[in-house]
Amino acid sequence: MKKLTTLFAATALATLMAGTAWSKTFVYCSEGSPEGFDPGLYTAGTTFDAAAHTVYNRLLEFKKGTTETEPGLAESWTISDDGLEYTFKLRPGVKFQTTEFFTPTRELNADDVIFSLERQWKSDHPWHGYVTGGSWEYFAGMGLPDVLESIEKVDDMTVKIKLKRKEAPFLANLAMPFASIISKEYADKLQAEGKMNQLNQMPLGTGPFAFVGYQQDAVIRYKAHPDYWGGKQKIDDLVFAITTDAAVRYQKLQAGECHLMPYPNAADVEAMKADPNLKVMEQAGLNVAYLAYNTTQPPFDKVEVRKALNKAINKQAIVDAVFQGQAQPATNPIPPTMWSYNEQIEDDTYEPEVAKKMLEDAGVKDLSMKVWAMPVARPYMLNARRAAELMQADFAKIGVKVEIVSYEWAEYLEKSKAKDRDGAVILGWTGDNGDPDNFLDTLLGCDAVGGNNRAQWCNKEFDDLVTKAKEATDVAERTKLYEQAQVVFKREAPWATIDHSLSIVPMRKNVEGFVQSPLGDFAFDGVDIVE
Amino acid sequence: MFRFLLGRLAVLIPTFIGVSIIAFSFIRLLPGDPVALLSGERVMSPERHAEISHQLGFDRPIVVQYLDYLWGVLQGDFGVSIVTKEPVIDQFLQLFPATVELSLCAIIFAVVVGIPAGVIAAIKRGSIFDQIIMGTALVGFSMPIFWWGLLLIIVVSGILQWTPVSGRISLMFFFPSVTGFMLIDSLLSGQAGAFQSAVNHLVLPTIVLGTIPLAVIARQTRSAMLEVLSEDYVRTARAKGLPTFRVVGIHALRNAMIPVVTTIGLQIGVMLAGAILTETIFSWPGIGKWMVDSVFRRDYAVIQGGLLIIAGVIMLVNLAVDLLYGLINPRIRH
Repeated sequence: MKKLTTLFAATALATLMAGTAWSKTFVYCSEGSPEGFDPGLYTAGTTFDAAAHTVYNRLLEFKKGTTETEPGLAESWTISDDGLEYTFKLRPGVKFQTTEFFTPTRELNADDVIFSLERQWKSDHPWHGYVTGGSWEYFAGMGLPDVLESIEKVDDMTVKIKLKRKEAPFLANLAMPFASIISKEYADKLQAEGKMNQLNQMPLGTGPFAFVGYQQDAVIRYKAHPDYWGGKQKIDDLVFAITTDAAVRYQKLQAGECHLMPYPNAADVEAMKADPNLKVMEQAGLNVAYLAYNTTQPPFDKVEVRKALNKAINKQAIVDAVFQGQAQPATNPIPPTMWSYNEQIEDDTYEPEVAKKMLEDAGVKDLSMKVWAMPVARPYMLNARRAAELMQADFAKIGVKVEIVSYEWAEYLEKSKAKDRDGAVILGWTGDNGDPDNFLDTLLGCDAVGGNNRAQWCNKEFDDLVTKAKEATDVAERTKLYEQAQVVFKREAPWATIDHSLSIVPMRKNVEGFVQSPLGDFAFDGVDIVE
Repeated sequence: MFRFLLGRLAVLIPTFIGVSIIAFSFIRLLPGDPVALLSGERVMSPERHAEISHQLGFDRPIVVQYLDYLWGVLQGDFGVSIVTKEPVIDQFLQLFPATVELSLCAIIFAVVVGIPAGVIAAIKRGSIFDQIIMGTALVGFSMPIFWWGLLLIIVVSGILQWTPVSGRISLMFFFPSVTGFMLIDSLLSGQAGAFQSAVNHLVLPTIVLGTIPLAVIARQTRSAMLEVLSEDYVRTARAKGLPTFRVVGIHALRNAMIPVVTTIGLQIGVMLAGAILTETIFSWPGIGKWMVDSVFRRDYAVIQGGLLIIAGVIMLVNLAVDLLYGLINPRIRH
């Protein structure tokens, strides 16, 4: 009994002392449980927020608030003249986190980089199948198994990656969560102890926060990494309070039980903005919704007709009706948060009378067409049926009759690919890696006709620009080419661009330093709580 | 009593087999490739597919597969989570105490409030008390849990700020789980204020989960009491001039409790269903939330295994209730 009392007294004392030492705890009311803590294995943003952006770093990082890359664990890199060899110089003195479950003895070196990438690439790698049923989906999805030729260690601090062919988005790919750099020393120890699974349960990396513990479906705890190469964080503890219901997240934010929350209910946003204890950040999401004409079918093969229809659509009305204002009308096929977005381009103004005249001038009379409306809600288009109805009314004003059609989602995607498909299709896209190629070439390139290119639009001038940009490795040069491509796009009007939905992040007023990511992830390095 | 037990088991075993067949068929009846669903691998080469298919035993006759599955289940092997790779039973055992703690509190709340309410309603039959209590019970019984939970959160936590919004304990407290019961663990941790915090966090989920059982118990108590109160022995007791408290409390209530005990037992199954919603609203890390999260994660192995375990638990609870009832009221054994 005496022993027990002593124990109690000791714990009480320890608690008191811990209480007096000022420690800043930042609580994030996250929307769901992570699938695991190895970012290479998964594709969900929830998992990336909990693993990739806290515990890990990558060779390159996305500059905060942008889709541009900047040096991360690689201090610098050079690209050979033929664009096939990338040589990365690693940042010296990068320390891995020291945790209760592992004490690193060395700093980051080339072995860690090679380990992290090769385990995803080579099927005979001992870590390739360390989680049964785990597959390296993003690594495969970005086409890396076909692009990579070799990954070599030049010296301890230099890694050379050879490619089979030129790949401009390659650097952006390396900044994605799946390319997080894992400690090989830690992995080796786990392998020796036969506890390989632990890598996915107790992560350890070079990132701003060290993993402390995870209580399934309830809470994840992190501590600031004291030796972080980017400097120690201003907050001492980071807590993910897993709160799946958006209404409850909002209540917790109001009650001060958390500092920041993702994905509010659209209906709550107005009240959040009015609350003096909260502030709300918003910016265009990395997405676009569009109406794709079939440019191979008359009369939509005529630019004048497409232009006339574009001028007849009241985009603001669609944004208001479908998104309650939580979206912005789209001008270009890429969102304004993406690099190379061409600010100079002016959108088609809404002028039904002018549109009517343009149509007459083009010799089109009594046009009736189909508008395809998606059967599901996507972030870029919450209610396609409603949008289609509004377009139907808009087009009626210029004498065009619209029949709205829809199919089951999988069938919709499949049928809309057909080259001889009739009518115009409402669809959209959310970017993966922040590279314009992921929009412009994927959705509008000649190779994509009959596939993702729903406008079936193959324009030599546009395609040349985009292909040249894909092969160029200099960002300034690529930017110029993409800007020109957007000019061609607007002139030729294969789509009516509809909207970019907004991503909205409410937080307590005393939160400082949080930067919204156009890629939709939540990272808390640089965040502070001020009193 | 022994024969009664045997009779109950004779019903239980086929029921369990039936449930296990449903759980076993679950993956095979879902649209999509069961191998992909169970392994979680979406992109597979044909060789890899064959390999996993062999590992999972999908290349054997379906009956053999089922018997193998049943054999595994009997040994406590309910499969392995696709996502976390932990055995489903381990996750269940880890999360179950949270659900038990919440359910116990809810049932205690329902009994402590429901029985007196029912008794008062019965004694004051037809009075304004009776009408208020029965009216409230009707509302409570038909209240959608989701709406009720959110309403309480908005009013009690949000506007009045009396209780925390969700979770089991303030995130300021951090101690290892010993028993899995937060009320006990918070005391064991020796951290000042931890127990208080755990209690505060329990209040709203307890009320929400306890509401429907409370309404049912109150109604059941009232009707059982009314029946008993009209019996001759109660009238005799009254005629003897015994105080109302003794008549109602000792003579009538005891006998009225027999059907109420069954009702309470039956509410446990209802409770587990209610826990799914309650735990989701209050971010309560128990098996209800676990099942919902598993659906979102498409962790079919957990859904399959979890359903079977939960069904098993409900069956065992019902068996226990039956046995208890048999002990209280020997007449029903025949």
